Amino acid sequence: MEKKSQSNTFNVKDVTELQNALLADHRIRVIIGHYGSGKTEFSVNYALAMSQAGLKTSLADLDIVNPYFRSREKAEMLEKHGIHVISSSRGHNANIDIPMISAEIFAPLENLSTHVVLDVGGDAIGARAVAQFRHHLKPGQYDMYCVINRNREQTKDLQGVMDHIRGIEATIGAKVTGLINNTHMLRETTVQDVMYGQELVMEVSAFTGLPIRYVSAIATVAEQLPKSLAGTIIPLELYMREAWM
Amino acid sequence: MAKVLMKGNEAIGAAAINAGCRYFFGYPITPQNEVPEYMSRELPKVGGVFVQAESEVAAINMVYGASGAGARVMTSSSSPGIALKQEGITYIAGAELPCVIVNIMRGGPGLGGIQPAQSDYNQSTRGGGNGDYKLLVYAPANLQEMVDMVQEAFDAADYYRNPVLVVGDGMIGQMMEPVEFKPYVSKYELAEKTWATDGTKGKRGPNIINSLFLDPAKLEDHNVKLQAKYKAIKENEARAELYNMDNAQVVIVAYGTTSRIAKNAIESLKKEGIEVGLIRPQTLWPFPDRAFETLPEACKGLLVVEMSMGQMIDDVKLATSCRLPVEFYGRSGGMIPEPDAIADKIKEMLGGVK
Repeated sequence: MEKKSQSNTFNVKDVTELQNALLADHRIRVIIGHYGSGKTEFSVNYALAMSQAGLKTSLADLDIVNPYFRSREKAEMLEKHGIHVISSSRGHNANIDIPMISAEIFAPLENLSTHVVLDVGGDAIGARAVAQFRHHLKPGQYDMYCVINRNREQTKDLQGVMDHIRGIEATIGAKVTGLINNTHMLRETTVQDVMYGQELVMEVSAFTGLPIRYVSAIATVAEQLPKSLAGTIIPLELYMREAWM
Repeated sequence: MAKVLMKGNEAIGAAAINAGCRYFFGYPITPQNEVPEYMSRELPKVGGVFVQAESEVAAINMVYGASGAGARVMTSSSSPGIALKQEGITYIAGAELPCVIVNIMRGGPGLGGIQPAQSDYNQSTRGGGNGDYKLLVYAPANLQEMVDMVQEAFDAADYYRNPVLVVGDGMIGQMMEPVEFKPYVSKYELAEKTWATDGTKGKRGPNIINSLFLDPAKLEDHNVKLQAKYKAIKENEARAELYNMDNAQVVIVAYGTTSRIAKNAIESLKKEGIEVGLIRPQTLWPFPDRAFETLPEACKGLLVVEMSMGQMIDDVKLATSCRLPVEFYGRSGGMIPEPDAIADKIKEMLGGVK
């Protein structure tokens, strides 16, 4: 049961702003975050939005830690939207519990006409899978965005988020370049949740000097967010969560 | 306390520590690795001990030892790992010791796969180990219930001096959901563990933890005593949720994740004017027989839905004394039933109603 592409509750101006932001991001986009931050949901929605904005897009699922709810599960739907999905060298099989990544990943990393989203597994341990590609992450030529959900115990305050960012930066050998507020409570998410998260993400931004690149939330919440928020709003479809969940 | 967003396996760990569990012995296996990961990180912070054993067999025997010494102790694993623990579990049941075992089920048989399944129903309720023993088996369907049941499991284990099993399929272990840790009030009056091998301090004779009886008559007496305990558990602990039972033409029987999918099917059928009920066993053993005593007048049959090839059918037939036809819809191997497929099966049972 595949859902349709994003419901367009945004007006033309909002969509243009989102597209401009997507076009301004660097060609290689690394998405990191604690597990449960919603980085996979973000990555899938982000890749779809990139493709809609006219970018030739690949999505590399580098999650070799968590065997469930990985973006490769949505490969068929993503491919239909013109997004090339890369995961293990044995295909997208959900039962593969072996930490391997297809060598195909070098194609979008080296092909300057392709934009690529690297969806990285949770935590610094998951980030080890990216360290081998660090020479592709040249300053000014990539973006690495940290997805933050303040409703997760481990990233509920500045200390938690900074430990997380520093741990991953040290593992990968590249710096985070932007922040994403994805504070959520799944389908129960409210505007208050997002604003509660925004407070913390602003604190992290002030502490690190990193920009808030995006604020993402389920579509019904996204449309109610104040337009003055720092960061471009991305409305999310919950592709990774079945209707019965 | 406010709701927090947790992953199922983390919630299990947090609930156990909340319930006073201070010892965890385990061995990694997907899809439950976040349980030992959580315990290894959090137990030392509360003065507890985590040991990654050299195998599942070693882990369950460490549980045996810790429980014998009177500790609140837990182990967790997934299907093939739980199979390995069976010898230890029957020893613990035989020695009448309390502990909590968590099984986050994956596809089988054998090494199977890492995606969710419910094919350890027989292993859980019939006992994979030898001898006449039973485990109290909880089957939560969401993370809040998982948290509540894990906390309760420690008390029930202590109260009955029996191992308690909490089963969830891989989906329950891996999914995220908001949970709340409410102040926990025990429904059991727990006695002091005077049987524990925690040192005589020169004040009493030694306590002995054992499941070997040299005298057959004494072993029989022991079995009779165990059966009396299982009878009490059967009377007191069987539990089920009933959903949309009024005027139900078919009653679905499903537990855990499958019960959630069944509810979706029930809601979509309701829109078409077809009333379908759900009996959701919250304990797999004892099986909630009483929930089947008075089925709705309109009920023409029951549909068992499982992520297995149909292991719960026998219990449903026993609980209904085969008064009504019992049919089955299931997926296995890590495949998850779709609500539409369940709805189609119901329509087929009702003779293709429009």
